[in-house]
Amino acid sequence: MPADGGIATPERYLFEGPEWDFEKLRRVYGAIEEIALGEMGLDVYPNQIEVITSEQMLDAYASIGLPLMYRHWSFGKRFAREEALYRHGLQGLAYEIVINSSPCISYIMEENSMTMQSLVIAHAAFGHNHFFKNNYLFRQWTDATGILDYLTFARDFVAHAEESHGVEAVERVVDAAHALMNHGVHRYDRPAKLNLEEERKREEERRRHFEASYDDIWRTAIIGEKRGEEPGQSKEKQRAETRRKLGLPEENLLYFLEKRAPQLEPWQRELVRIVRHISQYFYPQKQTRLLNEGCATFVHYEVLTRLHEKGLITDGAFLEALHSHTSVVFQPEFDDRRYSGINPYALGFAMMCDIKRICLEPEDEDREWFPEIAGNGDPYGTLRHAWANYRDESFVLQYLSPRLIRQFRLFKVLDEEGSDALVVGAIHDERGYREIRRSLARYYDLARHDPDIQIRDVDLQGDRCLVLSHAVHDGILLDEPSAKAVLDHLGELWRYGIRLEEIDAASDRVIKTHEVTARL
Amino acid sequence: MNIIDRRPNPKGKSLANRQRFIDRARGEVKKALVDALKRRKVGETDGGEKISIPNRGIAEPVFRRSAHGGKRDYIVPGNKKYVVGDRIERPPTGESGGRGGASPEDGGEQDAFEFVLSKDEFLNLFFEDLELPDLVKTRLKETEATQLARAGYTVAGTPANLNLVRTMRNSLARRISLHRPRPHEIAALERQIDAALAADDAESAAQGRLDLEMLQRRARRVGFLDPVDVRYNRFERVPKPNTQAVMFCLMDVSGSMTEAMKDLAKRFFLLLHVFLTRRYKHVDIVFIRHTSNAQEVDEDTFFHSRETGGTIVSTALEEMLKVVRERYSPDNWNIYAAQASDGDNYTEDSDRCSQLLGGEILPLTQYFAYIEVGAEATLRHGFPSPPTDLWRTYSQIAEQHRNFAMRKVADQTQIFPVFHELFAKQREHA
Repeated sequence: MPADGGIATPERYLFEGPEWDFEKLRRVYGAIEEIALGEMGLDVYPNQIEVITSEQMLDAYASIGLPLMYRHWSFGKRFAREEALYRHGLQGLAYEIVINSSPCISYIMEENSMTMQSLVIAHAAFGHNHFFKNNYLFRQWTDATGILDYLTFARDFVAHAEESHGVEAVERVVDAAHALMNHGVHRYDRPAKLNLEEERKREEERRRHFEASYDDIWRTAIIGEKRGEEPGQSKEKQRAETRRKLGLPEENLLYFLEKRAPQLEPWQRELVRIVRHISQYFYPQKQTRLLNEGCATFVHYEVLTRLHEKGLITDGAFLEALHSHTSVVFQPEFDDRRYSGINPYALGFAMMCDIKRICLEPEDEDREWFPEIAGNGDPYGTLRHAWANYRDESFVLQYLSPRLIRQFRLFKVLDEEGSDALVVGAIHDERGYREIRRSLARYYDLARHDPDIQIRDVDLQGDRCLVLSHAVHDGILLDEPSAKAVLDHLGELWRYGIRLEEIDAASDRVIKTHEVTARL
Repeated sequence: MNIIDRRPNPKGKSLANRQRFIDRARGEVKKALVDALKRRKVGETDGGEKISIPNRGIAEPVFRRSAHGGKRDYIVPGNKKYVVGDRIERPPTGESGGRGGASPEDGGEQDAFEFVLSKDEFLNLFFEDLELPDLVKTRLKETEATQLARAGYTVAGTPANLNLVRTMRNSLARRISLHRPRPHEIAALERQIDAALAADDAESAAQGRLDLEMLQRRARRVGFLDPVDVRYNRFERVPKPNTQAVMFCLMDVSGSMTEAMKDLAKRFFLLLHVFLTRRYKHVDIVFIRHTSNAQEVDEDTFFHSRETGGTIVSTALEEMLKVVRERYSPDNWNIYAAQASDGDNYTEDSDRCSQLLGGEILPLTQYFAYIEVGAEATLRHGFPSPPTDLWRTYSQIAEQHRNFAMRKVADQTQIFPVFHELFAKQREHA
């Protein structure tokens, strides 16, 4: 932006009218950058903005937002559904897709008006981008500089495998791995950064190395028994030893299969690994939906407001942006036909605006609830801290204010099997604030959301039956048909028998058992 | 910051995945397609088709918690009247109110999967196991039947076709094999002579000059580019199979044919046309309508104008033969004919019909399909009414000729099945 932006000439607006061109985009980008980096103190990866058509947007949707992806029918299915919804006007397309990579790639659609392009640039290229670069989960778990290289590797590897082993064989493995994708994440130890060269070399080495290492375990386990060195040693002790060697219990099912499944060929292991890596890459996104979208929405709202205050965009453009903004943060109430859960954009944005208010104009209630930030006069610093160091669960637990609970009129409903009615457990009053906040935070806790499934044991001496357990909380079992289907997929990789026990977490009692017989 | 215009990039990145998806769901898709087709208008064959298939086979299962049972709590926005301890009637389906806090994934996958097939996908699937009878007979029409195709290289040609890479490669090979001195060798020798001169070494300078002269002579003799090096791209005219077909639509337009019957016939004709255009590059259509006499008309007249008079089918057959003789020599054209009628015919005409059809028309045509439309009365009674005059006549012909088929069509839902039946890959003939 020229420094004389304040002079009232007809050209002082960055743009007028809906048409956009590359020159305007550049101009607007400059102005937004000034606000986002200069005033809000955001810190972003270099930006790359790519203009695409709506068809290309549909393509991008289909490959779960990634610019490169291996081939798989499920992406075709996603594409077909999105296309059907879009063509029938049931669903608009997202205005943008942004990729957690460095440089950070944002796709914007050519159909957008210039106002929308500005909003999208602020939202994606600065809001999401800042979040990707700074949030601790993304910093620890994903490697923005390596992801595109890795995807290239994955795509080529899958294509190559399809050439040498047939599409069908590859699909069977990938289907199975996809079914277990949610259980392909290391939740606690941080994965090593991906590096394309190492990945290739490692793939080369693994053929020999891992085959040798897992064979070894099977052999020692069985030989130990044959030798009968210590006849007195209980079987139980041996099994405990095997479990230790195999690293059980293991909650990362894909990791275990990749390393230990006895019947997989090296290329099949690599496919499992690829799916696992991609799952790992998306893991932070699943945990930070509220924060991520809230951050991006807050940023675009602040930026556009500032652009308007500075007189850089017309009233009309500002109104258009507000119109779009309000529909994004719309939260229908529970008895509304449109209600489908809490809108992460709405709650995230509201919480961030609320934090800004608490920092600038706190009330007594806020001083009591948030003594550490109330009236500190630094809303952007406080928010940057929140964006960097929280995930959805902890963010709600920390920052959901009584005022917001009142504003959203949140209440808690208890639903217990056997009782004929739902019971209201808490409402927006003094007694209910903390309970509502805790329950809502728990809802965002992924560990409680996905079923807790672990590999507990493998019977190496016997039939190599794999034993999994599902820790049942509050008596909620697995959905039977889907569990059965997933176990079938698991059997495709394991090849021997599988038993899944649903164990009540409180009493350690086995409630239900699912079994799959060996494929051999 | 970079702004990149990706719009010119090829679209349809998902096409391969889409194809895989359709292949996977092929069985279900086809079944759904047939259902969808029953409701479809022929005039719509241009568009895609929205179909809905059951989820099995294309399900992507994950471990998820059951939507029922156990103890749960939800946080829900929009409390208007509840206080702690209030009991809310459980919503009958478990939807809305109480279920609200759960994520949409908890609700289970949709039972049916709905998407749109593109026109090509639709036609491919629709005509998948259909085959044109006697497709082998394809005639080449001389005028537009050849095509230029690359066919190696030649030593003679026009400068426009000069193949530079080939030419230079030959030249290089020749220069190397004949030891043509390279420029830098000559330059080096010249420097050597200069150095010798400077050193007053007359002897070696003279020797150098001799060598130089020899090199230069050799360079002159072995040209940089020689006519034997030159190669041209060679093109050859290759015959291109250029199949063409003509489709005759014959229809009775006498008073006994109602609008509904004509509509049925029209659907059948249109379907046949779409089918033929997929197989042949060029398809002509000839419309012949008849009452007690026949004439060739344009499409609009064919379907919409009304005529009165009796019904003499043979006139239409004669007219068709006339058109064939005049314009569509069987040597050059694949001839298809579809006749639609309500079955009425002037009784004395039957013999003439079977003579014309069996004796003259069928030997010329690839396929002749007769559909008897609007036999509502026949089918509604529950037991067959006596066959019509034309049906009786044609039945005898059908027994003798492989390329003749006849079916009855009572209402529009039958059009597609009948069409399928007529062109199914392994046709069985009565």
